Amino acid sequence: MSRKGFAVLALVVALLPLALTNNYTYEVAIVVGLNAIVCVGLNLLIGYAGQISLGHAGFFGLGAYGSAILAARYGWPPFAALASAVAGVSFIAWVIGKPVLRLKGHYLAMATLGLGIIVAVVLATEDQITGGPDGMAVPPLGVASFVLQGEKLWYWIVGAVLLATVWLALNIIDSPHGRAWRALHGSEVAAGAIGIDPARHKLTAFVLSAASAALAGALTAHYSGFITPAKASFLHSIELVTMVVFGGMASTFGAVVGAAILTTLPQLLTALKEYEMVTLGAVMMLTMIFMPQGLVPTLEKALAAARRKPE
Amino acid sequence: MFFRTLLAMGTLALASLVQAQEPIRIGAFLSVTGPAAFLGDPEQKTLELYVEKINAAGGVLGRKLQLYSYDSAGDAEKARAYVKRLIEQDKVDVLVGGSTTGETMAAVPLVEAAQVPFISLAGAVVIIEPVKKWVFKTPHTDRMACEKIFDDMRARGATKVALISGAGGFDRSMRAECLKVASAHGVQIVADESYGAGDTDMTAQLTKIKNTPGVQAVLNCGFGQGPAIVTKNYRQLGIQAPFYQSHGVASKQYVKLSGDAAEGVRLPAAALLIAETLPASDKQKKVVVDYKREYESRFKSEVSTFGGHAYDGLMLAVDAIKRAGGTDRAKMRDALESTKGYMGTAGVVNMSAKDHMGLDLSAFRMLEVKKGDWALVQ
Repeated sequence: MSRKGFAVLALVVALLPLALTNNYTYEVAIVVGLNAIVCVGLNLLIGYAGQISLGHAGFFGLGAYGSAILAARYGWPPFAALASAVAGVSFIAWVIGKPVLRLKGHYLAMATLGLGIIVAVVLATEDQITGGPDGMAVPPLGVASFVLQGEKLWYWIVGAVLLATVWLALNIIDSPHGRAWRALHGSEVAAGAIGIDPARHKLTAFVLSAASAALAGALTAHYSGFITPAKASFLHSIELVTMVVFGGMASTFGAVVGAAILTTLPQLLTALKEYEMVTLGAVMMLTMIFMPQGLVPTLEKALAAARRKPE
Repeated sequence: MFFRTLLAMGTLALASLVQAQEPIRIGAFLSVTGPAAFLGDPEQKTLELYVEKINAAGGVLGRKLQLYSYDSAGDAEKARAYVKRLIEQDKVDVLVGGSTTGETMAAVPLVEAAQVPFISLAGAVVIIEPVKKWVFKTPHTDRMACEKIFDDMRARGATKVALISGAGGFDRSMRAECLKVASAHGVQIVADESYGAGDTDMTAQLTKIKNTPGVQAVLNCGFGQGPAIVTKNYRQLGIQAPFYQSHGVASKQYVKLSGDAAEGVRLPAAALLIAETLPASDKQKKVVVDYKREYESRFKSEVSTFGGHAYDGLMLAVDAIKRAGGTDRAKMRDALESTKGYMGTAGVVNMSAKDHMGLDLSAFRMLEVKKGDWALVQ
């Protein structure tokens, strides 16, 4: 299934430009891709390892600002800035993850929530470095005089990074690590009893998800050329978790679909003017009531059931 | 496929709206919802109201105006997406919007690349400094507020000033500007305190200011509820030095929240706030009284200076289109840049190649709270 799914996703990424008529539609597709990269990573933590994080926008923001500040204020080559930001955020996640992941359930939710809020506050207050609540300009990605700019080029960059992220995620889910996560998700005690180290495995999932958020954040910063602390806010964390849950937990393609729908839907609903938010809310509520496992897993089951029937 | 069908449907729906006589397309992206809704909501209402009024009166150059407006919710990234949509898909002739500085600055590279005239409704100086070819703005800057306040302080003999600022975008930006222009206006900042968003007591910071020797006046760079609390604490501590607020709290809400403590507080504000009490000889009186009446009779809610910024933005665009004799982008831009003597809700606008805002300090009126109402300081 996962191999077939990956082929379908690659095909969609390759063929989508046929439907993209102008730079605006490219922009929407790029934002979908960037959100999907975060969600695929976050899904490893939430969907597979069964740990909640309400602070992932914090990692997104750290990645974005880390890369932006190194490139803009210290004149680092943008690619080096991007790589160091992602590595730096992964290290921070590793250091923080050790004590924080000892917590469970609501306590873990609170700790990660606090983490995200601290990042957002620091980014908004340190205006000497970060430009404060009004944001800062970010140099484009490139080497020397060769600069990566333009929606069409970025579409392929983001598409390629998304496919690479999905491919990595699918592989790691099928590895002993992935099976350990699912065991942890089922029962931590039982997993421990058969020799799985809960702390170590949870930490890997946490660091991987933080790294993907930081990568998407850094790419967003360089692509859009401007970044504000709103991207590190609590609301953005919630948006990311919502995308994962909406698309379907423990389904990598669900995370991609969730990101795609929740990013494009507000753009399509603008015609409804003041009813936009109400409609968006209603769509989400109805999906969660009738498809509590999320969009993709529910549809997969329905498809499988329909296939079995004729026999 | 689903996305494609919906997109096609949307394009069809738009196409059917286009009339035989090509309308003039006005693009807007405003924070109608979210934390900056107090800016975007009156702006949106104002644009709708006046586009309707202008069309009822026959449009501009015989062409109707058509408003394309999106809610960017105070989010710079959403603003970017909508600006692309407005430029690429809706093919607007001119952009009016960007309620916050973040949204505006996110849009600037796009409008500069696409070469569309853009009139921003946000406050900070960075928008027009350095001058950007296609970017203009209507509201006064926070730097002007600092200058107006410092001049008034000096006129009262106060040169040693204490600052107390909040943590929001407006607060931080104004604090930075005040620190920059202080010495040029002959005042010295002797204390610089700050408080967090959502703080409910600022006596600690104010006590520190009270104990700083030589403080002759205090300025609060703040927005929202914070300044009302600062005002109350200020009176509770019995600090005698004259107290100034920023144009950020120039609304009745602030006076209501601070109650008696607001008596004697001074702040710079646009003439809109005291529309009816302006002397009849004031040239700005007609514009602000008319706008106030139109807005309040239509929406049954109190007028705000932010809606006034949108009014100015739309009228400047219309004025430029008339003078350019059409919607040729380069001609519209040149017409905007050569705006002279336009009387708006913010003041007289005289643009030039070096100044894409065109307001001077006379745009601000120094007000004092007297008996729970605004009074003009002569």
